[in-house]
Amino acid sequence: MNAVAGGASGALRAPTGHGKKLEDRRTHDQSKRIIAGYGFWIFLISDIILFSAFFATYAVLTDSTAGGAGGRALFDLKSVGIETGCLLTSSLTCGLAAVGSRFRRSDLFQLAMAATFVLGAAFIALEVHEFARMVRAGNGPTRSAFLSAFFALIGCHGLHVSAGLLWLLTMMAQVRARGYRPEILRRILCFSLFWHTLDIVWIGLFSLVYLVGVAR
Amino acid sequence: MNEERDLAADDVAPGDEFEGAGSLGAAVRSYLVGFLLAIVLTAVSFYLARSTLVWEPSIPIALSVLAIAQMGVHLVFFLHITAGPDSVNNIMALAFGLLIVMLLVFGSLWIMANLDHNMLPMDQILNMQR
Amino acid sequence: MWGKLSWAAIPLHEPIAIVASAVVLLVLAGVVGWVLVRGHFAYLWKQWLTSVDHKRIGIMYVVLALVMLLRGFSDAILMRSQQALALHGGGYLPPEHYDQIFSAHGTIMIFFVAMPFVIGLMNFVVPLQLGVRDVAFPVLNSVGFWLTAAGALLVNVSLMVGEFARTGWLAYPPLSELTYSPGVGVDYYLWALQISGIGTLIAGINLVTTILKLRAPGMNYLRMPMFCWTALASSLLMVAAFPILTATFAMLLLDRYLGFHFFTNEAGGNVMMYVNLIWAWGHPEVYILVLPAFGIYSEVFATFSRKALFGYRSMVAATMAICLVSFMVWLHHFFTMGAGANVNTAFGIATMVIAVPTGVKIFNWLFTMYGGRLVFATPILWSLAFVVTFVIGGMTGVLLAAPPADFVLHNSVFLVAHFHNVIIGGTLFGAFAGYTYWFPKAFGFRLHDGLGKAAFWCWVVGFYLAFMPLYALGLTGMTRRLQHYEVAAWQPWLVVAAVGAAFVLAGIGFQVAQLVVSIRRREALRDVSGDPWNGRTLEWSTASPPPSFNFAVLPQVQGQDDFWRRKQLSDAALASPADEEYQDIHLPRNSATGIVCAFFASVMGFALVWHIWWLVGLAFLCAYATFVKLAWREQQEDSVPADLARELDRAHRAARQGSAA
Repeated sequence: MNAVAGGASGALRAPTGHGKKLEDRRTHDQSKRIIAGYGFWIFLISDIILFSAFFATYAVLTDSTAGGAGGRALFDLKSVGIETGCLLTSSLTCGLAAVGSRFRRSDLFQLAMAATFVLGAAFIALEVHEFARMVRAGNGPTRSAFLSAFFALIGCHGLHVSAGLLWLLTMMAQVRARGYRPEILRRILCFSLFWHTLDIVWIGLFSLVYLVGVAR
Repeated sequence: MNEERDLAADDVAPGDEFEGAGSLGAAVRSYLVGFLLAIVLTAVSFYLARSTLVWEPSIPIALSVLAIAQMGVHLVFFLHITAGPDSVNNIMALAFGLLIVMLLVFGSLWIMANLDHNMLPMDQILNMQR
Repeated sequence: MWGKLSWAAIPLHEPIAIVASAVVLLVLAGVVGWVLVRGHFAYLWKQWLTSVDHKRIGIMYVVLALVMLLRGFSDAILMRSQQALALHGGGYLPPEHYDQIFSAHGTIMIFFVAMPFVIGLMNFVVPLQLGVRDVAFPVLNSVGFWLTAAGALLVNVSLMVGEFARTGWLAYPPLSELTYSPGVGVDYYLWALQISGIGTLIAGINLVTTILKLRAPGMNYLRMPMFCWTALASSLLMVAAFPILTATFAMLLLDRYLGFHFFTNEAGGNVMMYVNLIWAWGHPEVYILVLPAFGIYSEVFATFSRKALFGYRSMVAATMAICLVSFMVWLHHFFTMGAGANVNTAFGIATMVIAVPTGVKIFNWLFTMYGGRLVFATPILWSLAFVVTFVIGGMTGVLLAAPPADFVLHNSVFLVAHFHNVIIGGTLFGAFAGYTYWFPKAFGFRLHDGLGKAAFWCWVVGFYLAFMPLYALGLTGMTRRLQHYEVAAWQPWLVVAAVGAAFVLAGIGFQVAQLVVSIRRREALRDVSGDPWNGRTLEWSTASPPPSFNFAVLPQVQGQDDFWRRKQLSDAALASPADEEYQDIHLPRNSATGIVCAFFASVMGFALVWHIWWLVGLAFLCAYATFVKLAWREQQEDSVPADLARELDRAHRAARQGSAA
């Protein structure tokens, strides 16, 4: 950038000028990518802190069952296992979609995104089903402080996944309509960061809420 | 904005891979390795939760350790956060966040356990007022 | 169809609220009418409301803060006069109105005065000090500002439609639960702060990314001006603390809207968890407010002492130490809640520890002035008053940090005096210093000095008169938030405090006059050099007001206080860059996303308060559609041709030389 030859002769100027411009454009986009990724990373860290506030409340209120059922009686590990499998596999497919976008393989990208959506939607469907089962059995969030904290913590993650699904569809449409522009690639980067982070949060949730809850 | 590039030269966006993994096959393989490790760790966790092989009070701790290990696997293989010099900023931000998470969770547990120990439960206070 | 909303929601039985609303509506109508009749709307819309320029957004933040300061201060006048009269149940405010006033006062002053003021100053100054052209996320920056404004709007709407919370500024349960606060007041409070909280989070993320990822060539971390360091620490705290507030309020909202039992008395709910969580946010919040002010004082002391800041590195270390330790002291807000001696002692000691880095800073400022040639312009007056006032506030803080003393003083007006002492003496004086200091940078002319000094003296005298009596009253056992009292001995002190409030009112009057007079006499107060104070940092090296691109050619930074260093070298160091160094500049395009989103967010907040569910859904969909539209826009950047940038830059450099000669 500093060394742009302003006084170069006309014959030389056109090609070098052109090449220079391309290079500038690329570094410009690269630095924008780093900035966008980093900013989103900061957001994700704040999101993890949000979850930790819900988690701290859950941890404090686990024994406040107000005479109702606790985690051991309520949690269905089979369903949680399937949910975990869905989300884990969706993390893989989300990664494959990112690879697809990096190598401009639209078939891989769209297929992997679609798989991610299906798995994410299955996760949400199972979770809603679980919640409905608990509420029908009289163990809804209004039953006790423990259940309030449980529903809020798991529901907060579920809301995040749902928002991710909406974002995912938007990204699929955008790539289809606009192709792999730098700003769209940046958004794909942010989306995959978001999705993987939700999976990491889920690791904490299934281990410390469900498994520890059943083991206690 | 490219003038600022020289500052960002040794920088990488979180989630971006850099040198290596240059081909599609290599990139896919790294995700698959991460996926397999994650599956194994998850399976062990689920098995442990209901097993009688391990001394019971140690199970929550074992589960926590496994969870942290799996989070590490996800960070490295899926989010590509490594200890390399290129992602110092990303690691620092994460470390700051984790410190706050730890302070919040363990601080709350400590404070609230202490309060529980010292104070009457709410329903008993309400009973006293009747 | 309209949920809980009906004509009964308009408080016709409360004359003060109705008159106040009428005045606000009239002023608003007047301003809007003036803008429309004079045909300024297109300019306002294109150049300000949809602007993504960090300088304009920063200025709008400060305008919001100043307007809300008037609102928050009128609440203060009502409280001080009520308490001066309220012996044996005198006074003119009924309890339910008085309770709304002190809740609104606290909420507004913290969230809609102090926060936007410091965020606005950071937004305006930080990119200029770093030597860059914009913040990391310009459009999000605008969204963040407008969400803050949406929150402020909701709080003010509560004056006219419905009521505000009667629960104090932190809405402790169980009082804030549906059982004891069935009205919409707490809902207004919660939704307003949820919306503006998202705005604050965005501002924090934006500033952290800007400072860590966008700096002029050569601007190492240890060459950054002190204000940038404090802005970094403050924004890190915003990113880390505000999610906790969002989560806490979300839980209270679930309790109120869906019958959850987080903080209720029944079904195992635990009110103490709310207090624990809210202060895990609340204590860092204190430092979010005061750290940027520390940065402003650092700039002001160095500039007006004509010396480099003393102990720059220790200042950086102290700032980051405060940033971390601020997350380890939150229990000192509820020593009396019943934790054991071990917990109380641990947090008491941590609180006293945090006084150490603050003390380091105070000494550094004193040593910066030592041996300097002080220029007594208005900004340094505010800074000097800060040093004295903040030391008093800090000492009473250390007193409160000792659990045994806190058991006596907790919830008394001693505490009220303490936190006003640090927030007014720390944050507000700093914000005023920054406002006076950077005003000429923002608009190209100075604020009137005489009126500024008059305002300063009224504020300082008023502050001491208003709050020193409260220390005495607190020690004699007066608790806070009293609508009336029976102890005759308290009344003289409270009358003195009311007189203090009158002095502050005069101070604010002078500030308004200062602004009006300065605008009218702007030609006489004009500064063409861009460097009216003989400044040290990069923001003074560009024109005032800076062009949209800030710097025609990005500065090559070679040391701390780089502009001062270049000024000391020679004319060559300040000479204009060669022709070919000027290049086309790409700037982000203006976008209405922020204001449109915030409009839908306000509608959604209002609908949520009044349980108008269809409108909630509609507003949410519209906000989502706005973002999709933004994502689909074709052109994201505008470009400024190199020739234009060169022309503007050369003209500014010529003007500077002219004014120097």
